[in-house]
Amino acid sequence: MSVAVHFDAIRKDFGPVRVLHGVSFEIAPGRIYGLLGENGAGKSTLMKILSGYETATAGEMRIDGVPQVFGNSRQAEAAGIVLIHQEFNLAEHLTIAQNMYLGHEKRRGPFVDDVAMRKDAARYLAQVGLTISPDTRVRDLIVAEKQLVEIAKALSRNARLLIMDEPTATLTPGETARLFTLMTKLKDDGVTLLYISHKLDEVEHITDEIIVMRDGRFITREATANVTRQQMANLMVGRELSDMFPPRNPPAADAPVALKVSGLTVPGWASELDFEVHAGEILGFAGLVGAGRTESFEAIIGLRPRSAGQIEMLGRPVQLKSPRDAVRHGLTYLSEDRKGKGLHVNLPLADNLTLMTLERYAHPWLSLQAERAALRQAVAHFGIRTGDLDLRARMLSGGNQQKLALAKVLHPDPKVVVLDEPTRGVDVGAKRDIYFLIHQLAAQGRAVIVISSELIELIGLCHRVAVMRGGRLQTMLGMEQLNEEELIAHATGTH
Amino acid sequence: MQPAHTETGSTRPSLQRMLRHVSSLGPVLGLIVLCIAGTWLNPDFATLDNMMNVLTRTAFIGIIAVGMTFVIISGGIDLSVGSMAALIAGSMIFLMNKLVLAGTLSPLAIVLTGIALALLLGAAFGAIHGLLITKGRIEPFIVTLGTLGIFRAYLTYLADGGALTLDTALNDLYAPVYYASLLGIPVPIWVFLIVAALGTIILNRTAFGRHVQAIGSNEQVARYAAIRVDLVKIVTYMFLGLCVGIATVLYVPRLGSATPTTGILWELEAIAAVVVGGTALKGGEGRVIGTVIGAILLSVISNILNLTSIISVYLNAAVQGFVIIIVAFLQRSRH
Repeated sequence: MSVAVHFDAIRKDFGPVRVLHGVSFEIAPGRIYGLLGENGAGKSTLMKILSGYETATAGEMRIDGVPQVFGNSRQAEAAGIVLIHQEFNLAEHLTIAQNMYLGHEKRRGPFVDDVAMRKDAARYLAQVGLTISPDTRVRDLIVAEKQLVEIAKALSRNARLLIMDEPTATLTPGETARLFTLMTKLKDDGVTLLYISHKLDEVEHITDEIIVMRDGRFITREATANVTRQQMANLMVGRELSDMFPPRNPPAADAPVALKVSGLTVPGWASELDFEVHAGEILGFAGLVGAGRTESFEAIIGLRPRSAGQIEMLGRPVQLKSPRDAVRHGLTYLSEDRKGKGLHVNLPLADNLTLMTLERYAHPWLSLQAERAALRQAVAHFGIRTGDLDLRARMLSGGNQQKLALAKVLHPDPKVVVLDEPTRGVDVGAKRDIYFLIHQLAAQGRAVIVISSELIELIGLCHRVAVMRGGRLQTMLGMEQLNEEELIAHATGTH
Repeated sequence: MQPAHTETGSTRPSLQRMLRHVSSLGPVLGLIVLCIAGTWLNPDFATLDNMMNVLTRTAFIGIIAVGMTFVIISGGIDLSVGSMAALIAGSMIFLMNKLVLAGTLSPLAIVLTGIALALLLGAAFGAIHGLLITKGRIEPFIVTLGTLGIFRAYLTYLADGGALTLDTALNDLYAPVYYASLLGIPVPIWVFLIVAALGTIILNRTAFGRHVQAIGSNEQVARYAAIRVDLVKIVTYMFLGLCVGIATVLYVPRLGSATPTTGILWELEAIAAVVVGGTALKGGEGRVIGTVIGAILLSVISNILNLTSIISVYLNAAVQGFVIIIVAFLQRSRH
């Protein structure tokens, strides 16, 4: 009853950008697979093709030996393949039962048969171990419960192959353990599970086999029992990790404090946050999703209200009421959400680059030549690969967009720069470039703050790492204390 | 990544750029086709007199549409411009007539005071819109739908349901603002050209213009890029209000009166001119020159309807409505 999947030379292009370069491998039924790869490796795209959200540009996908092209997710569901999104696909205002049968409503004559749907929903909820009324509205559930509702919904559609994209990103250790029990039970029932995660300890714990992708290609597969976590990490990155990061020179002993934050409280997100960062230092911020890292820095630059706290820059108290004040005092912030908050993807490259410092180019008429010269310089300096300076930002690949976004926040020549997930969605080569750039910034005497969910990155890059949990600073780890176990323990509160 | 490499690499996408140019030429091509059709249908169409007539009538809507271009590019909309023009016209006439009765000011000073009031009121109404939209966080559609009703009702109240007519002596003094010509070109056309030129320069060559485009393209990104989003938006509405004020200053001496039907459907024409000119209704990008061509194109259509009898003149607004929908349909696939 389970489905076997065979990918044969799957290729996918988004405009000029090729994200999958002919991926081939097979998935046997009834096992748990860990799909490994860094951001931008192409895992998500491949899974979207498998589940009908995207179609391949070229290549063939065979389900149980039969070539298939899914035009939409419904067709994939009919074949028993369901993708559970990282951001759930649930209508918040509807009840659990209404969500589970959304678009597949049971009917009695012209009317919706609520009684039957409620009964069936309750049965699937019990199957995933959720003891809650199917009439509960989804907006009243916590994240872990929504996850289980998604799985119950998949089961109600007769899922035989379940793709889970970072399912534990927002779960507590206890909730994660429960999820793993359920996954094992589903496997015993014959369901194939494809598990995408960056948490290598979980991959090691739950999967039978790992499949590694890198830069849009299939790299290797291996029985989980035969590889160590270190080997997994090296396979994902494609080279020895030590080669990814430049050697760290500690900041000078007498380096001034570039930014000092004391008693920062952001209503709903963070309380009593104290930290300081020196000129020439790279300070990391670790924590789970929702730990309040991004929100704290958005509050520091004046994008969110803060109810308490002082900010000092180079020993002087400053009033930062808006991003404009922050820029004026030499503090800029790179958002984690590149398309939503970082770049104007529909505007030309030069417009993006100079947006934060337009007054430099307006006397009072904008000098388009000067802007173009600045762009040419940034393209060379940041290694932005573009054939044409007149392109819109959306036409660049993820890595090059990120380099442009970095160039943009560095254009005002800040003394302190906050980089939120600076390597999200970029390939390995661009990642390495960005790491070296960050070190160069520190060597120039700037203070760099890196918020990241990739532990390898924080461990390899930073001089110190602050760990946040539930809006509070848990600990500050020095270079010699940096390792995955320590970071996870503080971030999850299991220390 | 030598800079030289980026230069040589620009050969391939130049085709794309050419296509973009062709699609941006759409309104111009449409205008040319219409002019040929007009000449063919009625020989009077191609006369200099008729051309000047068309352009003079375009001036009111055209000036408002230039301001509207900024508002729409920034991601907003203003439905109230027709009512606003009516209320400004009424207020001007009301004030000037009162000043005549008071008899302390010279006629010229009275006209100048009236003009100042028009510009001031336009900017003030725009500022109110901008404040309600940004600080009050109300959708621009709702705010300006509300003021559309409010402005016109106050005009009707001020005119007591009838017409407000400017003092005859004053009107004679004021009339040249609409009827006089400079170097053979009527004054309203000059003003239209100046406003359009200013608009082009402000949009393309100032930090403010760039900020307007950035906000319309993605407001969040603009906020994160340290742009004073609220201030920029308020200024776009004030600029549009000022444009409405200018248009009204030109309009009043034409008839010398304001009635409850003054400026009716101007919002339709102004928005149509902007959209036909290639500015995306969802904001982010657009061109003032496109709006100018769009405005001319719309008045050429109504002029042809006037000169020929293929379609009834009464269907003028319908034709404009069709044009908006067709152009929006053609814009769908474009970003």
